[in-house]
Amino acid sequence: MAMAGSLPAATGRGAGDRAGLARATTAALAALLAAAALLSLTTGASDASLWRALGDWAAGREIGRLERVILFDIRLPRLAMGILVGAALAVAGAILQGLFRNPLADPGLVGVSSGASLGAVGAIVLGGLLPASVGVVLGGHLVSLAACLGGWISTLLLYRLSTRNGRTSVAVMLLAGIALQALTAALSGILIYMANDAQLRDLTFWGLGSLAGATWTRLAAAAPLIVLALAAAPFLARALNGLALGEAAAAHIGIPVQRMKNIAVATVAMAVGAAVAVSGGIGFVGIVVPHLLRLATGPDHRYLLPNAALLGATLLIAADMVARTVVAPAELPIGIVTAVLGGPVFIWILLRNRGTLDL
Amino acid sequence: MSLTARDIRVRYGRADVLHGIGAEMAAGRVTCIVGPNGSGKTTFLKALTGDVPFSGAVGINGEDIAGLRPWDLARRRGVLPQATRLAFPFTVIEVVRLGLVDPGLARRGTIPHEALAAVGLAGFEGRFYQELSGGEQQRVQLARVLTQVWEPVGADGPRWLFLDEPVSTLDIGQQLQVMRLARGYADAGGGVVAVMHDLNLTAMFADRVILFRSGRKRAEGSAAEVLRDDLLSEVYGCPVATNRTPPPGMPYLLPQAMAAGSAVSGG
Repeated sequence: MAMAGSLPAATGRGAGDRAGLARATTAALAALLAAAALLSLTTGASDASLWRALGDWAAGREIGRLERVILFDIRLPRLAMGILVGAALAVAGAILQGLFRNPLADPGLVGVSSGASLGAVGAIVLGGLLPASVGVVLGGHLVSLAACLGGWISTLLLYRLSTRNGRTSVAVMLLAGIALQALTAALSGILIYMANDAQLRDLTFWGLGSLAGATWTRLAAAAPLIVLALAAAPFLARALNGLALGEAAAAHIGIPVQRMKNIAVATVAMAVGAAVAVSGGIGFVGIVVPHLLRLATGPDHRYLLPNAALLGATLLIAADMVARTVVAPAELPIGIVTAVLGGPVFIWILLRNRGTLDL
Repeated sequence: MSLTARDIRVRYGRADVLHGIGAEMAAGRVTCIVGPNGSGKTTFLKALTGDVPFSGAVGINGEDIAGLRPWDLARRRGVLPQATRLAFPFTVIEVVRLGLVDPGLARRGTIPHEALAAVGLAGFEGRFYQELSGGEQQRVQLARVLTQVWEPVGADGPRWLFLDEPVSTLDIGQQLQVMRLARGYADAGGGVVAVMHDLNLTAMFADRVILFRSGRKRAEGSAAEVLRDDLLSEVYGCPVATNRTPPPGMPYLLPQAMAAGSAVSGG
């Protein structure tokens, strides 16, 4: 602009720019995830050893049966599941918070996860009523897809209920979330009441809220949806940054607001639905991870989303290590571990934001 | 090149808020929209920026905005809202950089800093937006909008600044600073359309004034033509007396508090 060109250059160039810090954090988090993954593969109740297996493999010997089963059929799918679910929940939380423009939107707290649970329970109990051809086509994906559908419907409902004229009320969002949770829990209860013995076994197994059920088959059902959601997330970053200004201002800087909101809702539903379908309800990852990252490197979603994926994955496999070692040889449901860590953080966020949250 | 509004009608629910407004605003000019609260001036601006559904047509440099994609529109015009709350703790420079909508823009690194300096906030880069005063926040937003349409004239014609009560939260020194920026933008070939409450600033800076009353255009013309005792007294419903400064003879005005009392008792 002509008249500003002659002004002296601004002082403090570089101040307030956290992009470099955020990129360095990405590298550090990737290293941390690799270390945690390695640690997770080497620790457990069994004395199977990753190093012995690698030694055998390097020397061209056949890997021992114990190592094969424990490492490749139990720990590795569980690790992969932990990484995918942790990344999915953290990224879904960050997107949901960007969409609702407030830091308290967690998929587990506002009814998205329980909507996904309802979908999963419905698929387990009522799946048999579907024409056989549907079962053949969808196979093991039926529960995941139904969970995604449940998550999608509850996210849409939540958004419609709490947003008016492009402005989201935090209070209405949280209250609507409570109502949604109660409603979906009641519907799930009715379905469980209708279930037969075999279905009840499936439901109990699924409802543990744990990574203990991780198998390659279950992973195959969830992985494509989670990977798709994680791949879509970076394309939402600029739109979510713009939405932080409000919907009208986001449109003014060239963001196709309605389309991006639809994509955001679908992405959250895919990520949460697939995660819930394979691991039940694991809470607080979606609120703790983005909040810590915003404190450390700022709210720019171009860095927040990938960093949330890395930190979410790391945190969840760390929580899983705690869950399966702290009372070994038994194990705690991982949902308990994340709640013990996440509950206090949530209260801390509330206290910090009490003055500025538009409740 | 100009901004044209043809027969703009807006309804909120069952109420007609704008009853068919037509206007042509020229680039290189500061156009101020004035009128009492509820007269439709902000709604008119929102129709021009495509924020509310309306019937009629808005053309920007000859192109209907209905046919432009959000991104194309964003390169042609920036919009400063009345106030902006941020959901997350962005720093000032991060907010201003949100205005970098054109990936091909030269000097992407320096323009946000120059924009901050232009609004008098050099050195604020590292401050948190949420910790600033309302007036500072408003100027950060102006810097963001200036960053978006930094060159007043682009390859495809003049750029446009839409300002919704840009100075209502500012002190008088900052008001003059912001209005001078708007003036400078227009002098450099860009278009400025501002909704204004302050009629004296309007008299000082407007090339053209559009006066609204009850969702209709009551008058349009130069500041001297529109800011007249009779028109303003009628539209604002209180006696207003305009005066002129010593040469160059700029109009200024004062509401007549005493006369208002007598008018009420007399009416």
